[in-house]
Amino acid sequence: MPQSSKRPVGRRGFLKGATAGAAAIVAQTSVAMAQQAGTTVAAAAASTAPPAIEVSSNSRPGSDFMVDVIKSLGIEYCAANPGSSFRGLHESIITYGGNVNPELLTCTHEESSAAMAHGYAKIEGKPMMIMAHGTVGLQHASMAIYNCYADRVPMIVVLGNILDINYRRGSAEWYHSVQDAAAMVRDYIKWDDTPISLGHFAESLVRGYNIAMTPPLEPVVIVADGELQEQPIKEKSPRIPKLVASAPPQGDSGAVAEAAKLLLSAENPVIVTARLARTPKGIDLLVELAELLQARVHDQRMRMNFPSAHPLYARPNYDPLAPNISDADVVLALEAQELWSLTHRMTPLNRFGMETQSTLKPGAKVISISAIELNHKSNYQDFGRYVEVDLKITGDAEATLPALIEQVKHQMTADRRRAIQERGAKTAAANRQLHEHIREAAAVAWDASPISTARLTAEVWAQVKNEDWSLVSNDRYPSYWPTRLWNFSKHYQYIGAQGAAGIGYGAPAAVGAALANRKHGRLTINIQPDGDLNYAPGVLWTAAHHQIPLLTIMHNNRAYHQERMYVQMMGNRLDRGIDRSDIGTALKDPNIDYAMMAKTYGMYGEGPITDPKDLAPAIRGGIERVKKGEPALIDVVTQPR
Amino acid sequence: MRRSLCAVLLLAAGAAAQTKGTANLTGNADNGKRLFLKNACYQCHGLAGQGGLAGARLAQTKLAQAAFVAYVRNPAPGGMPPYRAKVMSDQELADVWAFIKTLPEPPAVASVPIP
Ligand code: HEC
Repeated sequence: MPQSSKRPVGRRGFLKGATAGAAAIVAQTSVAMAQQAGTTVAAAAASTAPPAIEVSSNSRPGSDFMVDVIKSLGIEYCAANPGSSFRGLHESIITYGGNVNPELLTCTHEESSAAMAHGYAKIEGKPMMIMAHGTVGLQHASMAIYNCYADRVPMIVVLGNILDINYRRGSAEWYHSVQDAAAMVRDYIKWDDTPISLGHFAESLVRGYNIAMTPPLEPVVIVADGELQEQPIKEKSPRIPKLVASAPPQGDSGAVAEAAKLLLSAENPVIVTARLARTPKGIDLLVELAELLQARVHDQRMRMNFPSAHPLYARPNYDPLAPNISDADVVLALEAQELWSLTHRMTPLNRFGMETQSTLKPGAKVISISAIELNHKSNYQDFGRYVEVDLKITGDAEATLPALIEQVKHQMTADRRRAIQERGAKTAAANRQLHEHIREAAAVAWDASPISTARLTAEVWAQVKNEDWSLVSNDRYPSYWPTRLWNFSKHYQYIGAQGAAGIGYGAPAAVGAALANRKHGRLTINIQPDGDLNYAPGVLWTAAHHQIPLLTIMHNNRAYHQERMYVQMMGNRLDRGIDRSDIGTALKDPNIDYAMMAKTYGMYGEGPITDPKDLAPAIRGGIERVKKGEPALIDVVTQPR
Repeated sequence: MRRSLCAVLLLAAGAAAQTKGTANLTGNADNGKRLFLKNACYQCHGLAGQGGLAGARLAQTKLAQAAFVAYVRNPAPGGMPPYRAKVMSDQELADVWAFIKTLPEPPAVASVPIP
């Protein structure tokens, strides 16, 4: 159970006799904390019953001040696996800070801490904090930080480290110390700093928050020096600067007018997007633009960008049941993912050769609006292949849409409006037909065991459709059935995927997303691949311990199935048989009992379910538990995809 | 929906014409099921031939045996890998076809909770 409601007492006796000076410092720093009135310890003490904490100016540690800075930013949670290099900050958060805003979340792996923060931010729209050793902890966390970076999601990473050799005790502290802690992840964060004073820490954390939240949104790292945390505050009233949110970068107005012209003169414009909707407003803007143009929207689903029941919704372009974009004469790419793959086809992996071919029709024009090129890095290749677009607008797409919508309205003629309406009617009719085809496809293998992913998805939908639900897992693994069958309309109903395709993200990101959903009373659902859960399953314990309501439904295909297919493709292209692709990829002999695993970690577990008839009651049982405020896991043995 | 079934049938028919000697073989469905697993067809097409992200639906295939064998030998240049005689004989593919033919008809959509 979190201790957030209890006031700390331990430090009080220990620091007895220290009074007036402390009050003065708390008051001074809190005055500077304009941005988050009410979240500081001083303010909390004034408004609630327990008396102010008595500390003296010469024994109050730097980490208390660091907590004031963290509180000033309104950070709700800090996830960490405990580590000696940030023990001071840990103690200050739970004692001086009262373990609220931030509340410390106990994690069993730093990768879980980071992926939880990743999932949380996609629901809540603001960053969470994690703490880790600057060395061994960051080594554990690094893949999850890379995912977060590639997914353009903000996170505040605070690393413990002891820079001064005179302050290191024992051999572990030498192993846990590093000259330049952030170096290891600098290729995939947006900014970092290693402050050497408390004032410096305050300024860097506030600056870092601003940088993380300015598109493209990405993680930042601040190193909290051990000595600075643990030694008494020496600086005379260090100041916490005010946080000012930057207006997001908007595309050039001339280029936006040109884009509107191209879109209006097109016979068949198509919109593609992956991460347009940074905020819920992004969905409304995209609907407005699509309706103005009656252009269909291929949502690559890295965020919830467009309502799935909208007549102009054209499904992810990579869904084999969706139409492709070869009929478009103008493609508008809004924060699209890997535009090159979207517009090209390559020799499939199971044949030799690397031939490439454009999938666009000759003469088709491509317009791109994206903020991503504002922070390209060199080493990691997440930027994808260079695409020869016709009009490239650098700027945040959501921030640029109002101007584009204005331009489209401004340049619209009566003639164009008529033609556009006809186009919309055709798209809607094609969409209805496609939906019927999808429903028929979902019925195939309805009674199969292992259970089909279509059946699993339909059975979950039947139980959650009248709830305020939020699906927080990547729906690529269950063959896009949720996207195909469910009615998604709200921003928190879908949050996309890993970012950098780093597996191990799913379970902890779902816990983080469920944490963010908790205070809104939403029912959070995670369709969880088995391979992913096995990286760091201890996050199930974190969910149980912190009472995070989350319904986990295993998509248990007993394999790293994607990789199994890769091995099979290698075998196929060599013509030497593919009957050994289970070796090194299957998760069987013995089978893993996930219901038992859930119970071991202190949560409700049921399964393995192999008969599809048992699904509905099991899901209902799980939902009942989750509605009581706890996590639950249902193990379902499924078809591969 | 990337290409019509018609196009597939035509393609398969064309390929079948090139594959000499594919007479109608008597397929063994049990062996076919085993081979469907062993040769990884299930990985893309699903254990029940339902199709999905990586492979087309095979259950209730409209392809006749010869066209089926010809398609597998020389598939459309998409995600389906060619399986040559070295890896699977015509008889083995006939067995797989026989297995696919045993896959049950899906229920009527309206009779099950599909949204
Ligand atoms: C790597 C994934 C993969 C594997 C393995 C695979 N297939 Fe396919 N198969 C596909 C894809 C994708 C298609 C659709 C091809 C297209 O549209 O280009 C397909 C199409 C087919 C078709 C044509 C279906 C139709 O009616 O359109 C048949 C028949 C077929 N596969 C049989 C098999 C058999 C038998 C095996 C095993 C011996 C097998 N496949 C293994 C991916 C695969």
